[in-house]
Amino acid sequence: MFSEFFQFTFSGITLGAIYALVALGFTLIYNASHVINFAQGEFLMIGGMGTVVLVGADLPLPAAMVGALVLATVAGILLHRLAIAPARDADVVTLIIITIGASIFLRGLAQFFWGKEYHALPRFSATESLSIGGATLLTQSLWILGIAVVLVVALALFFGRSRLGKAILATSMNKDAARLAGIKTQVILGVAFGISALLGAAAGLIVTPITFTAYDVGIMLGLKGFVAAAIGGLGSSTGAVVGGLLLGLSEAYTAGYISSDYKDAVPFVIILAILFFLPNGLFGSRAAERV
Amino acid sequence: MKEARAMKKNILISPYGGLLLLALMLALMPLAVSNDFHYDLLTKICLTATVAVGLNLLVGYAGQVSLGHAAFYGAGAYASAILTSQYNLSPMVALLSAAAGVGVMAWLVGRPILHLKGHYLSMATLGLGVIAAIVLNNEEQLTGGPDGVGLPPLSLFGHELSVFGEYQFAGLTFTGVELWYLLAAAVLVIAVLLALNIIDSPLGRALRALHGSEIAAQVAGVDTAKYKLRVFVISAVYASVAGSLYGHYSGFITPTVASFEHSIELITIVVLGGMASTFGVIIGAAILVLIPQFLTDFQELEMVVFGAILMAVMIFLPRGLLPSVLQRLQRGAQ
Amino acid sequence: MSALLSVTNLSKEFGGVHAIEDLSFEVQRGHVHSIIGPNGAGKTTLFNLVTGLYQPSDGTVTLGGRDITGRAPHKLCEMGMARTFQNLQICMNMSALENVMLGRHRHLGSGALAAMLKLPGLRKADRACREQCRELMHFVGCGDYQDHAASAMPYGALKRLEIARALAAEPDILLLDEPAAGLNATETDALRSVIQKIAGKGITVVLVEHDMKLVMNVSDHLLVISYGRKLAEGTPEQIREHPEVIAAYLGGGARERQAREVPA
Ligand SMILES: Nc1ncnc2c1ncn2[C@@H]1O[C@H](COP(=O)(O)OP(=O)(O)O)[C@@H](O)[C@H]1O
Ligand SMILES: [Mg+2]
Repeated sequence: MFSEFFQFTFSGITLGAIYALVALGFTLIYNASHVINFAQGEFLMIGGMGTVVLVGADLPLPAAMVGALVLATVAGILLHRLAIAPARDADVVTLIIITIGASIFLRGLAQFFWGKEYHALPRFSATESLSIGGATLLTQSLWILGIAVVLVVALALFFGRSRLGKAILATSMNKDAARLAGIKTQVILGVAFGISALLGAAAGLIVTPITFTAYDVGIMLGLKGFVAAAIGGLGSSTGAVVGGLLLGLSEAYTAGYISSDYKDAVPFVIILAILFFLPNGLFGSRAAERV
Repeated sequence: MKEARAMKKNILISPYGGLLLLALMLALMPLAVSNDFHYDLLTKICLTATVAVGLNLLVGYAGQVSLGHAAFYGAGAYASAILTSQYNLSPMVALLSAAAGVGVMAWLVGRPILHLKGHYLSMATLGLGVIAAIVLNNEEQLTGGPDGVGLPPLSLFGHELSVFGEYQFAGLTFTGVELWYLLAAAVLVIAVLLALNIIDSPLGRALRALHGSEIAAQVAGVDTAKYKLRVFVISAVYASVAGSLYGHYSGFITPTVASFEHSIELITIVVLGGMASTFGVIIGAAILVLIPQFLTDFQELEMVVFGAILMAVMIFLPRGLLPSVLQRLQRGAQ
Repeated sequence: MSALLSVTNLSKEFGGVHAIEDLSFEVQRGHVHSIIGPNGAGKTTLFNLVTGLYQPSDGTVTLGGRDITGRAPHKLCEMGMARTFQNLQICMNMSALENVMLGRHRHLGSGALAAMLKLPGLRKADRACREQCRELMHFVGCGDYQDHAASAMPYGALKRLEIARALAAEPDILLLDEPAAGLNATETDALRSVIQKIAGKGITVVLVEHDMKLVMNVSDHLLVISYGRKLAEGTPEQIREHPEVIAAYLGGGARERQAREVPA
């Protein structure tokens, strides 16, 4: 009874950590450019599929991982450079369609070059699972949690300490002021897209050993990341992490105790319920619109 | 002299002139096409365009983004399927009941979400759409699950309209495919007429004001919540009717009619063709139905090419195809 | 004389900032009632509270004796309240004339069915509305822009367009937020006569304005606020003599501010 609950909780947190990373990517790009990047899920796909393909090309696993991360980061920077930056003044919906176009494009490339098959990656550790108090814990989950925590801390340090991180924050808060202060805002925005892609790819990579990957896994993962970011209030990093964990846990409990058929509906029911009571998400600002 | 010229130009570019042109083009289409395959494409274009014209009222004119509109299309199609095959209603009665039901459903879900702004509204509509698709996939007894469900042929005034049939009218012989095209074209023309009437009315002004400045609309006496809800319901009913017709036309539907991907396709049509341009979105619908036909040559690269076209159009013609082209023509004329 | 609008102990706080604090005053029916005060004094916030765009933290507002505190803007419009905005609220996706016609919304049937079927009654009413709105545009002095897209109009014309839209509602009370900002001397003069004509029709006008010459010319009554509180109140003559007002507002600072706001 309790071990079951413990197990669901653990898998929920694992899943939540992945969603949190995707949501952080969303948040980063949203803050920097006010774009909702519907191509965010494709970075997860590139992280997972890229590693699979490079391992298939006889690269050792660590080298393949680095290769996939680099690939995704480059894709992120190019996405900004080639598709977002030229459309700077476009309508919000137009920008949404552009990122959707980008996601179809990236998915298409993956399908063309890497095929439609499902793939898995080897676990990072030799032992598959540990048994604690009757519950079975996958070692890969521990890897996921560990890496997610490291990434979140690294991100916090990056924004808190480094010049580049502070420049991104300054650009997010006020683009014109940042430009006047000598910050090359377009370069900075490109970096933000790159980091966001890196985060997504890392999430996609570490989750692949337990969930499989294919050219089209990015759609659902990306949407759930968007939900997690919206729960947190679009633009709040703390909110993104909390939102991700909340999603992961509720999904795991629903699948465990209620029905796995409706597992994928859970995030969307939650966000609708939250928006019903808090139209700006859990951590969004509630400032009166200035007139 | 100058005035007279301006008047003439006004009639030519007036929306109702456009409607006449559209009706003429649709009526002459049979001269240009010959085989069933072409008629099939044309019918699909007309039905898709009907949804898009309704969605454009919501997104293009009133400025309220919906990323879940396929849910209403799917709801219309499935309601028709269930009402005809499980409750033995005649197709037309089923279609009308479905439209009314979907309208009520849109009203119910629209009330709590339409006060949301910007990306939160996108999120909420997207969520509703995804939930609808999941329900259709899972409620197998009712919907047939992922395998889908069949629909009987449409019947009009006691006559069955099957794509496989042959019909005599005034000494002429029509195939079922041809008649289906004519029906879909007529539906589109009516859909456009109603939309143009709405836009050219106080209601239409209020809707456009929601897009232009919600604050201005409010202080001018527009009950913004009520008007958002109204246009949401209207656009949902458009989608429902088109969905029901599509179901009878194809004879078989699966949950993909209500999928997230289909919602995205619908909003893409609106933005690509031109927001707040009724004729633009018809062009958008034509393009989205036809592109896969042209891209079959690229086979495996279809998605890549489609994604690239989408990005390129939106980057270089951010206001959509028709408005951007018209703007250029106007500038050229000056 | 009776008070048309009365504000009692009104307060509005934005995360610790008291934009309006315990403010009470009355506007008499038929008056031009001006509200002056330095930038940031809370004048626009007061308008937003009175017109229902903001919810007050405390206090009440009544219109014609009825409590309207926190009532939705569209309901207030139906009760005869109209306003303009300091930072324009124009529908840039519509033509100038359509913006004004929007103002007549409360006088037109806007049923969906009537619109879809283009019923003759609705069409006729809309045609009449169009003519009335053309006249209004001439009245406020932006008649030359009738068939222009709003997005193609200069700033000064847009300010007048907002007045036309507000008048289109046939209000009993009209709130103008800095209508002369950005206008040159001739335009300001024309604006003065428009305001006087509006008042002449019996419409009560509440005017927020920095141009003291205009204010002193048209006002029946003045309210001076500073930091969200009432500083003084009275007729133009009384205010001109008021020592605190002279010190705080009408002194050197005011002249400088005026000089800055007159465009080249
Ligand atoms: N929506 C808002 N959110 C936060 N602060 C506001 C808001 N609106 C106004 N304020 C603050 O209230 C004060 C009064 O502003 P305002 O009413 O615009 O002054 P005025 O119109 O007299 O120049 C200012 O300190 C302003 O920053
Ligand atoms: Mg102000």
